[in-house]
Amino acid sequence: MAISLTHYLIVAAALFTIGVFGIFVNRKNVIIILMSIELVLLAVNINLVAFSAYLQNIEGQIFAMLVLTVAAAEAAVGLAILVTYFRNRGGIAVEDINQMRG
Amino acid sequence: MLAAVAFYVLSAVTIASALAVISVRNPVHAVLFLILAFFNAAGLFVLLGAEFLAMLLVVVYVGAVAVLFLFVVMMLDVDFAELRQGFLSYLPAGALVAAALLAELALVASAATSADGAPIALAPASQVGVTNAESIGRVLYTDYLLVFQLAGLILFVAMIGAIVLTLRHRPGVRKQDITAQVGRKRSEGVELKDIRPGQGLG
Repeated sequence: MAISLTHYLIVAAALFTIGVFGIFVNRKNVIIILMSIELVLLAVNINLVAFSAYLQNIEGQIFAMLVLTVAAAEAAVGLAILVTYFRNRGGIAVEDINQMRG
Repeated sequence: MLAAVAFYVLSAVTIASALAVISVRNPVHAVLFLILAFFNAAGLFVLLGAEFLAMLLVVVYVGAVAVLFLFVVMMLDVDFAELRQGFLSYLPAGALVAAALLAELALVASAATSADGAPIALAPASQVGVTNAESIGRVLYTDYLLVFQLAGLILFVAMIGAIVLTLRHRPGVRKQDITAQVGRKRSEGVELKDIRPGQGLG
């Protein structure tokens, strides 16, 4: 049987759901939360490339590249913030981050 | 047939390793499973005819992002067992939300059929006789030139931001100070003494 667009969409949906689920269950661990965000963005990329193949339009892949760029930048800045936070507080428990609350 | 088998294997390993990322105890293992998920997603991209993006995924995610994660996980001295507490208490609510989300997304995805109800066939998006990288380049460097430049700007800002955030000025460490070095005056470093013959420096 041929692999259709629906197959790819369902794989991406599963990946997206796993990413969101990971954010829910690992509330205290910022590193796992950042990895879950990467999984969500990967699911978005799979959707973009699948639709690019479906619509015979290369622009979907260009959008996927831009998502890749933003994901890389987000990971770099997020981890930098994490390292700074760890230096200042001696731990990375997210629940303690309430200093910016008004 | 072979493509179908490859699709099922690659997507099964992707989803299984994504599940492992969010559930293993050791975050180093989580990063390694993340790398596995990215490799298999790259395989899915190759099946879709997006070879350039697949290689980009391997280079950017496996080569840069995952290694960055690995560095941070290994360098921070964090008690991860303590951070895992509450995993089970968050599980029911998270599972409920995830099940609802997956049901909705799968409903939408399964509705994506062509007008006559047949499953939609996929074909590589590149033009015939042109490689994937070339057809991306033809569009990226013409129609999307501004967007491409903006992406570079985003990366530049992120790089500066990461450096500024992690740069640490420790007191008591001697460093070269170019401004002080260049701005030094002759009067600060040289002193002329009038010495009488035969006396020496008193």
